[in-house]
Amino acid sequence: MLLKLTGGRIYDPAHNQENVVRDIYIRDGRIVEKPADGRVDQEIDVRDKVIMSGAIDMHTHIGGGKINIARTMLPEDHAEEVYARTELLRSGTGHAAPSTLTTGYRYAEMGYTAGFEPAVLPINARQAHMEMHDTPIIDKGGYVMLGSDDFLLRMMAANADQEAINNYVAWTINHAQAVGLKVVNPGGISAFKFNQRKLDLDEKNEFYGVTPRDILHRLSTAVKEIGVPHPLHVHGCNLGVPGNMQTTLDTIQGAEGLPMHLTHIQFHSYGTEGDFKFSSGAAEIAEAINKHKNITVDVGQILFGQTVTASGDSMRQFAGAPHSHPNKWVCMDIECDAGCGVVPFKYKDQSYVNALQWMIGLETFLLVNDPWRIFLTTDHPNGAPFTSYPHLIKLLMDKTFRNDTLSTLHPEAQKATNLASIEREYTLYEIAIMTRAGAAKLVGLADRGHLGVGAAADITVYTDHEDREKMFAKPDYVFKDGELVVRQGEVQKITWGTTHVVKPEYDVGIEKPLQQYFDKYHTMKLSNFKISNDEIVDDGRGSLTIQPLHKGGKL
Amino acid sequence: MNDASTATTWQEVASPFCGIAADDLVIEVNGNQLKVLENGDMINTPAFETPLGDIQPRIRGKEVTLEQAVSHIAEHLRTAKQPLIGGLGTDLNGARAAMALADKSGASVDSQFSPAAFRNILVLQDTGYMTTTLTEVRNRADVIVVVGSDIESSFPRFFERVIWPAESMFAVDINQRQIIYLGKAPSADASTASDGRKAEVLACDDADLPEVLSVLRALINGKIVQAESVGGIKVSDLQQLTDTLKAAKYSVFAWSGMQLNYDHAETSIQMLCEAIKELNKSARSSGLPLGGKQGDTTVNAVASWQSGYPMRSSFQRGYPEYDPFIFDSRRMLAENEVDLLIWVNAFNVEGTPPSSTAQTFVLGRSGMQFETEPDVFIPVGVPGIDHVGRTFRCDSVVSMPLKKLRDSGLPSVFDVLSAVEQAL
Repeated sequence: MLLKLTGGRIYDPAHNQENVVRDIYIRDGRIVEKPADGRVDQEIDVRDKVIMSGAIDMHTHIGGGKINIARTMLPEDHAEEVYARTELLRSGTGHAAPSTLTTGYRYAEMGYTAGFEPAVLPINARQAHMEMHDTPIIDKGGYVMLGSDDFLLRMMAANADQEAINNYVAWTINHAQAVGLKVVNPGGISAFKFNQRKLDLDEKNEFYGVTPRDILHRLSTAVKEIGVPHPLHVHGCNLGVPGNMQTTLDTIQGAEGLPMHLTHIQFHSYGTEGDFKFSSGAAEIAEAINKHKNITVDVGQILFGQTVTASGDSMRQFAGAPHSHPNKWVCMDIECDAGCGVVPFKYKDQSYVNALQWMIGLETFLLVNDPWRIFLTTDHPNGAPFTSYPHLIKLLMDKTFRNDTLSTLHPEAQKATNLASIEREYTLYEIAIMTRAGAAKLVGLADRGHLGVGAAADITVYTDHEDREKMFAKPDYVFKDGELVVRQGEVQKITWGTTHVVKPEYDVGIEKPLQQYFDKYHTMKLSNFKISNDEIVDDGRGSLTIQPLHKGGKL
Repeated sequence: MNDASTATTWQEVASPFCGIAADDLVIEVNGNQLKVLENGDMINTPAFETPLGDIQPRIRGKEVTLEQAVSHIAEHLRTAKQPLIGGLGTDLNGARAAMALADKSGASVDSQFSPAAFRNILVLQDTGYMTTTLTEVRNRADVIVVVGSDIESSFPRFFERVIWPAESMFAVDINQRQIIYLGKAPSADASTASDGRKAEVLACDDADLPEVLSVLRALINGKIVQAESVGGIKVSDLQQLTDTLKAAKYSVFAWSGMQLNYDHAETSIQMLCEAIKELNKSARSSGLPLGGKQGDTTVNAVASWQSGYPMRSSFQRGYPEYDPFIFDSRRMLAENEVDLLIWVNAFNVEGTPPSSTAQTFVLGRSGMQFETEPDVFIPVGVPGIDHVGRTFRCDSVVSMPLKKLRDSGLPSVFDVLSAVEQAL
């Protein structure tokens, strides 16, 4: 079966194509050359339509223990948004913490074809994969979290050589079935278990004597040396703390040129100026990002309304718990491996702090020059649910709309930003970079995020509506692996996507100390910790896609 | 039929029969007979060793094929007004299939373990909590307070695996661990240290626990308490406990929702969980809710991610609705609100359905005996014996892969419920 999309306006930044009119041919789930004989089985006229590859959310909490705690904890969130069963679709619920089925449908309806869970605890990875397995249509994958796990901290305290750490990182990525490596409040989750309440970049974990800076250095080196394409994914120290912009600037400086992805940078860009002792650090942070080409960021934009924050950062979530809305929250210490905190939160436009957070996020988007190094996220659901992406895109693309919204926010916050004077409006091409080509490159997906021959046929077709929110909320067509899954914003067919992983090499000798460690200290056997490929295939509808590695080797 | 020479021995087998899901069992399989060679206990050994019973499905006591039984269920489910999928003793994929079938047939779902599980879930949904997990306790805890529970009778290996390991990772002297029982006294000596040091017991009746916990919370918050004793416990002893907790490096409160078996025990758990939060203003402390056997944690987890709600929800209106009172399966069955019951219990032969007026279809462990023969009985495989599976541990964080130890040919709950869904 050969499908032709005829006459669309192509936005394919991976091939430097901006608004180029050309036809696309699809066979067996892939984009193919124009057939020599010109024979086509089906043709769809997409003249004047905007064509991009399927969008990729490179940081979204869609699977795993903490988001499921959020689901169970918030029946009121679900009762407000219910989705009845249809002939085709399972029923579901949820605004801030939607059920997995609803999550897959909503992403697909917005033209997204992949989402990556950024905080997979090794010990909870099996659950994260179970939930992602139950998330239809989109592709998925996870970044496995290290940095407060006792095995690593013990290695570091014993001054283990980098080779051993590389082996441990590669082993963990393999057996947690991950596509990248994440660190959350490096060493801080462990420190909280020892009753430390903050941990700056150069402050030592009391028990191990190891600093966050050491951990970032060791892990970012490991990622580079074992050839994992996605740079170390960093949720830095001091999330949400006024004045944390200095920590962030020091973290950027401290990366020493190694690739590093700083996630939800908005939450790490706060100064202490003004009457409220809370100010925007976006300009300085953006300047540092512009200067350091090894750094990538996603924003973690906040939008106003009710949501829930779910994070591995138990230390900072505990500190934020008094602000919970509604007033309930969970913090957990987990398995000498990690932790988590779940705190429902309502961002209010008449709150000085929340209004400024909104402004800081947008300032960051607009002041970072290179769309290949900044990514569109709300850190779903921490800043806002992912369903608000079309609204966020409009804020970026439409200065009038942005400034009209700005003028309704807390008046003191308005005085604390120069957002209104920023002229920049994102172009469609820049949106395509941020949400497609750049994201695929960042995650390390060779065959996604572009529209070249050989790419997976994940394709979104939009009507070029002046109202960008309307345009991005409801694409005309979405193809997933060549199949028409969405038409006029409605799901037509259920597919199940694949799970993207990388398989860096490691010396199997690392299993000797790991075996001893598990036997001595854990309540689970090493053999049972490992997630087999069969578990990803699961009941038959799952699949594993192994993405290529970069060239590694000793730095 | 088989002699020992044909027996197979499985190492590092995980047990789904107890909420701590120990995964160090060694099991010998001889034909269809299992023998726990190492690390058995009074819960998991009989559960693994239960002999295989009948393997043929029955309709009203008459043997039929699986296909006949499945189409019989589907036929009645199609016209049922208020179906219920209950019991739900199953694994990950069994829970998935139950949710898919409930969604399609408009059934409500509930677990046989909900009365205990909801004592914790209601707290989560009202105020939340701070909790920890087994490995964390094993390495970190220096003070363990057991609240209203005799842990060893339900979790026989808890102390061996979690409290008395040979060594801990941190500077915790295992032998100096303080164990304090608040409420019930322990039934045996699992909590006794290797040097013979027995657990301290501050005994009170279950009925007094709400009051005792509220006084403890007041003391933790530095409030002056006028009374000299509460529930038979001296307030000075509770003050001493408070001082111990505040001086601890990492204290842990453990309880079993099943054993806090009195009306509105959730309010006691809530009182305790708020006290734990308040302790954490200056010290470190965590709760450890124990439960989760036989798929209890698993079905609540799967239901939450697939529908947004844990057990006690319904699809009757075509979308998920949740009400921990209205969709309580015991209440629904007792008040004759259910016309069709699919009762799932793959883990044990004792867990038969409660008697009711509903037409009853049972997916049960082979060997299940009934006082009243159900309309349909389908013997199903046990996850972790007859087929592979996955089960969540009590802490709702760790899930264990379950092995297939023998080839009995029994279908899984997933197989049967998926077939019913297909046949609808």
